Amino acid sequence: MNALRAQVRAELALLARNGEQLLLTLGIPVLLLAFFSKVDVLPTGTGKPVNFLAPGILALAVMSTAMVGLGIATGFERSYGVLKRLGATPLGRGRLVVAKVVTILVVELVQLVVLALVATALGWRPGGGWLVAVAPIVLGPSAFAGLGLVLAGRLPGTVNLAAANGLYLVLLLLGGMIVDLDKLPAPLRALAKALPSGALAEGLRGAFGTAHRVPGWAWVVLVLWAVAAPVVAAFTFRWE
Amino acid sequence: MAAVEVDELVVRYGDLVAVRGVTFQAEAGAVTALLGPNGAGKTSTVEVLEGYRPLAGGRVRVLGLDPSAEHGQLVRRMGVMLQRGGVYPTMRAGEAVALFCAYYDHVRRPDDLLDLVGLTERARSTWRQLSGGEQQRLSLALALAGNPAVAFLDEPTASVDVAGRQLVRQVIRRLADDGCCVLLTTHELDEAERVADHVVIVDHGEVVADGSPDELRRSGPAEVRFAAAAGLDVAALSAHLAGASVREASPGEYVVAGEGTPAVVAALTAWLADRDLAIGDLRAGRQRLEDVFLRLTAERSVAAVDDAAESGGRRGQRRR
Repeated sequence: MNALRAQVRAELALLARNGEQLLLTLGIPVLLLAFFSKVDVLPTGTGKPVNFLAPGILALAVMSTAMVGLGIATGFERSYGVLKRLGATPLGRGRLVVAKVVTILVVELVQLVVLALVATALGWRPGGGWLVAVAPIVLGPSAFAGLGLVLAGRLPGTVNLAAANGLYLVLLLLGGMIVDLDKLPAPLRALAKALPSGALAEGLRGAFGTAHRVPGWAWVVLVLWAVAAPVVAAFTFRWE
Repeated sequence: MAAVEVDELVVRYGDLVAVRGVTFQAEAGAVTALLGPNGAGKTSTVEVLEGYRPLAGGRVRVLGLDPSAEHGQLVRRMGVMLQRGGVYPTMRAGEAVALFCAYYDHVRRPDDLLDLVGLTERARSTWRQLSGGEQQRLSLALALAGNPAVAFLDEPTASVDVAGRQLVRQVIRRLADDGCCVLLTTHELDEAERVADHVVIVDHGEVVADGSPDELRRSGPAEVRFAAAAGLDVAALSAHLAGASVREASPGEYVVAGEGTPAVVAALTAWLADRDLAIGDLRAGRQRLEDVFLRLTAERSVAAVDDAAESGGRRGQRRR
């Protein structure tokens, strides 16, 4: 327990020291939420853009932390020999993974609080949707962390960096986070609905909507990605 | 029972056989140096012992454990120092030592570890702010965090300055004196000669020599080495020394084959004095470890070339 606690503390300290990570996990989501809520240029289909944007940006924050942040950090840790070195300590891979998951959850809790406060200040009123939103918020990191580790587990550090950022952009645009899925051409919309970003954003939007209900397709897609991505990562991951 | 037992170890990377039947033992309370040129199979051998790599044949035991199947038990008693890296670049030296100490049950005090490797003043510097030598010393401290019974140290003095090397040697010596089995891999022969109790030389994936540094030196021929002006008439000197073989090993460095008896040394210095030639370094006795190493690895290379030529010839004959 002492080792796990120390590892979580170390991961959080290193994260706080990494300015790029903080920009990715907090700066960009807050900026997007504030800017597009005030400047009504996106086809959100609502009179109050923040009502559309807040759930999408929460999904974006989950994706940023779990996929890009974790993936890039892990890829570089592999390049630096950190993972190999830790493999020869009693910490073990299991506790290392648990420490990373706990770190993600702590960071996401901070993100959710900050984003919810900013969105509320911008006029968002989620009502009782938080209880319904818990499951998608837990499934989302599993799917995105799996995707991040699939990339980090095979690609060299800098290639992984480029790939994670490229995938982030694609999932952002096709994820229903800042652009309504209904505004996309039909083939793209079908593709977007099969992606974890689309399922998470629509799931959260449903949870925070007036009916407080996650669409059935979003549950199916989220659960599939949340199971499949970590399994693929576990089979393909290289520790050195 | 030896702390490390390697018996007919084979390691493969696809079709490439990197280690072919390596056998040796390393004892507790002693420093064993695994020597060899680049690509000799040292790292592959040690990675099997550390449990990182599967073996394709043979048997290894570390502290009586199978490093792969019983990795969880082994890591509690094993210290590892990688050749490079292994630490988060933005982590401070003091944080890294404290973190590694948190992994183990029976640990040293983090401050003591930093002091041991002379990094107390650098405790707040991040890994990437440390010099190459300081990084090596921090890696050594991390390898010692759990009071290991066996320590695998990969090139522990690479990039370390002269004062740092002295410190690293002292730490390694003290570790062995406290009962730890230290297995270090290096291609720096001088380092092995200074610190090792036992030397295993590997080349092309095979053990070519195994023994104490003194035993290995004694395995080579006796000789007299001296330094003088380049381009001496070695034939004339050889005749003066009753036909002893004399060669210029490198410009200005000469080797006389045979025992360095007082008579031979006297004849040599007299020959130089007659020609008013200054003598630099003069050493009589057995070969240095470096000479033994070069001789053994050169013999292997010649044998490999001969084998290749022979098999090429056979292929040619078959084609004909």
